Amino acid sequence: MTAAWLTAFLGRLSLREVPVQEEPASGLAPAHLLTVRAEDWGHLAHEAKNWECRWVGAWGEDNGEALLVNACFEREGVYLVARTQVPYTAPALASHTPNFAAANRPERHMQDMLGILFTDHPDARRWTRHRAWKKTEHPLRRNFPAAGNPPAQTPPNDNYRFLFAHGSGVYEIPVGPVHAGIIEPGHFRFQAVGETILNLEERLGYVHKGIEKIAEGRDAAALARLAGRVSGDSTVAHAWAACMAMEKAAATEIPPRALALRAIMAERERVANHLGDIGAICNDVAFSFAFYQYGRLREVWQRVSREAFGHRFMMDRIVPGGVSADLDDQAANAMKRQIASLRQEVATLSNIINDLPSIEDRLDTTGYLGPETARAFGALGYVGRASGMPFDVRKDAPYAPYTRFSVEVPVFKYGDVAARVKVREQEILESFRLIEKLMEDLPPGPIRTDWKPAPAGAEGLGFIEGFRGEILAYVRFGENGRIARYFPRDPSWLTWPTLEKLVRDNIVPDFPVCNKSVNGSYSGHDL
Amino acid sequence: MLRILGKIQRIGIVTERLPKIDEPALEEVGAQIKAKLGQMFNGSLAIREVDAGSCNGCELEIHALNNPYYGIERYGVHFVASPRHADMLLVTGPVSRHMEAALRRTYDATPEPKLVIAVGECGANGGEFGVSYASCGAVANVIPVDAVIRGCPPTPLDLMRGILQAIEGLPGRK
Ligand code: SF4
Repeated sequence: MTAAWLTAFLGRLSLREVPVQEEPASGLAPAHLLTVRAEDWGHLAHEAKNWECRWVGAWGEDNGEALLVNACFEREGVYLVARTQVPYTAPALASHTPNFAAANRPERHMQDMLGILFTDHPDARRWTRHRAWKKTEHPLRRNFPAAGNPPAQTPPNDNYRFLFAHGSGVYEIPVGPVHAGIIEPGHFRFQAVGETILNLEERLGYVHKGIEKIAEGRDAAALARLAGRVSGDSTVAHAWAACMAMEKAAATEIPPRALALRAIMAERERVANHLGDIGAICNDVAFSFAFYQYGRLREVWQRVSREAFGHRFMMDRIVPGGVSADLDDQAANAMKRQIASLRQEVATLSNIINDLPSIEDRLDTTGYLGPETARAFGALGYVGRASGMPFDVRKDAPYAPYTRFSVEVPVFKYGDVAARVKVREQEILESFRLIEKLMEDLPPGPIRTDWKPAPAGAEGLGFIEGFRGEILAYVRFGENGRIARYFPRDPSWLTWPTLEKLVRDNIVPDFPVCNKSVNGSYSGHDL
Repeated sequence: MLRILGKIQRIGIVTERLPKIDEPALEEVGAQIKAKLGQMFNGSLAIREVDAGSCNGCELEIHALNNPYYGIERYGVHFVASPRHADMLLVTGPVSRHMEAALRRTYDATPEPKLVIAVGECGANGGEFGVSYASCGAVANVIPVDAVIRGCPPTPLDLMRGILQAIEGLPGRK
C-alpha cells in the first residue's frame, strides 16, 4: 500500500506536468522507485521540499550507456528513490542543493567522481577530488581503471579556495589534515575574533580510498568485507547494510537466528561507541575521571564482544546470507551478567555527570544546533535527536528483527552538547534492554543460508540504524554475481555540515568538545 | 560549594579496583618495554600517531592503549601532538593518495633518529584497499618503515608487543 502523502505527492507532480513513472523495484522495496526526465530533476526536489521530505542521499552510476543519477527522500518512514539519466556528452542536471542544504557535498562528490555538472549548485568547488587524479578524469566512469594513472607523488591540496573573512581583528586558524590527537585526518579552517569562532569551514576527502571503485568486480563476500571497513567504528552496521542490499537484490531469506544475532552485534556496537564517546567528551572538558571510567566500561564491553563473537569490533561477522559466528550459552550468560552490572554503573556515572556544576557549565548551551538547522541538513542519530529530529530506522522504517518489538528513541530539543550526551546515555540503556530481549527469545536454527548469486542487473537497498544514525547502502549486481555498483552513505555526510553551524559563536577552546559531540566519521564520509 | 562537598561525600570513591588482568602477557610485555625504554630512551618514548587513510578501526585500538587496563603511560610510552616531539611514528591505514604529501611532511618533521611502525593489515600491505588510483597501499610505499604490526585491527596487546619488538630490534643506543 502506498503512503497517503506519496500518492498526493505524485498527484502534485503530474499537475505540474512532470511525467513520472512509478516502477516496480523489488530489490529497492520498501522504497518506491520513480523515474523522471532529466529536465524535471529540479522540480522534483522543489516538490519534495514542499512536502517536507527529508533528503537522504544521492548517488550516480555509469551504466555503460549513460549516467544514472539517484536521489533518495524519506517521509513518515516511507522511502522514495528518484532516478534520472543524463548523456555522457555534457551531462548536466539541476541541483537539489537550493532546496536541501544536505545535498551540497554529495552533489559535489558526484561531480568529482562522475563528471556530472549541477548547473545551479551554489558551490562549484571540487570536494572529494584533491589532486590524486585530474579534473578531466572521473573515477566512477567505466573507462577509468581502478588503478588510475596517479602521478609519482601526489601533490598536496594547497590550492583550494577557502572562504575568506576580513575585518579588523579577524584571524584564521588552519588545523590539519594531521590532527594533534589519535584521530582521523581532515582540515578545519577557522575565522575567529578574539576567542570567538566567526566561521568554520571543513575540508574533508583526505582519507578517500576509492571504496566505491574498488567495490566493482568483487563477489558478495568480498563486498561485505569491504563494507565492514567503510568506517571501522561502524563495521557491523555498514556490513549489515551492504548485506541487506545484496540479500534483497538476490531475494535471499536470512534465518531468524542470524537476524537476531546481527541485531545483538549492532546494539553492542552502538553501546561500545557511546561509552567511548561520552568519556571522550568529558575528557575534552578536562573531567578525566569520567574519561577513565567510561574507557574502562568500553574495554570490558569489547572484551565480552570478543568472547561472544571472536572479535573486539565484530568485524567480518556479518556475511551475505547470515552471520559467521554463533553465540553459545556461556557467552550469552556473560553478556547478561555484564549488562546487569553495567546498567548500574552507567546510571551512577550519568548521575555524576549530569549533576556536576562544572560539567554543566561546559556542556550546557555549548555547540547549540537549532531545530531548523538540524532539519535543513537532515541531521541523524544523536545529533538530530538532540535537536528534536526523532528519526530512527529501527522505529520509523523497521527491519527484521526490529519489526518484532518497539524501540524507545530518546529525543531532546536543547540541541547542545549536553543534550547529545543525554541522548547517548539513554540509548545505551535502551540497547541494554534490546540485547536482553533479543537473547531472551533467540530463535534456534542455522545462522547462515547458502549464498546464491543475484542475476545481472539486480539491485538492492539497505537501511540500518548505525550508532551515528541511518546508514544507506545501494548495490547493483553485474555479470556472474559480481558487484557493478556499491554506494554506502554514512550518516556523517549529513552531520559533518552541522558542525560548521553549531560551533559558531562558541569559543575556540570549546571546538574539541563540540566536534566530539558530533563525532563525524572521516573514513565513512570520504569513501 | 556545600552541594559539591555533599555530593563528593555521598558518592565517595567510585573508582574500582582494576580487575585482575586476564592477560598476564600484558604485565610481562609492559615490564619489558619499561626496561628497554630505560636503557635506550632514558625511560620515555614519545609516539606521534598518524592516520594516513585508516578506516579508524586501528585508531580505536591505539586509543585503548591509554585506557586504565593497558595504561601504556606507566611503562614510559606516551603519545604526543607534534612529530617534532616524537621518537616514533605509528602510522595506520593504506596511505590514501590525498594523505601522501602530509605523511611525507610529517616524516620529514620528525627528528632523527626516528622509528616508523606501520600498523594494521592496511599499513602492512594495503589490506582490503590495496593500491589504486586513490590509495598508495602499504606505508612502506611512501616512507621508510622499520617495523610492522599486523592485525585488522591489531589488539592493544598486539600493539604493545609490536612496539616492544621494534625497540628491541634497535642497535644499542646510549
Ligand atoms: S587494518 Fe583493518 S582496522 Fe586497521 S585501518 Fe585497515 S581495515 Fe581498518
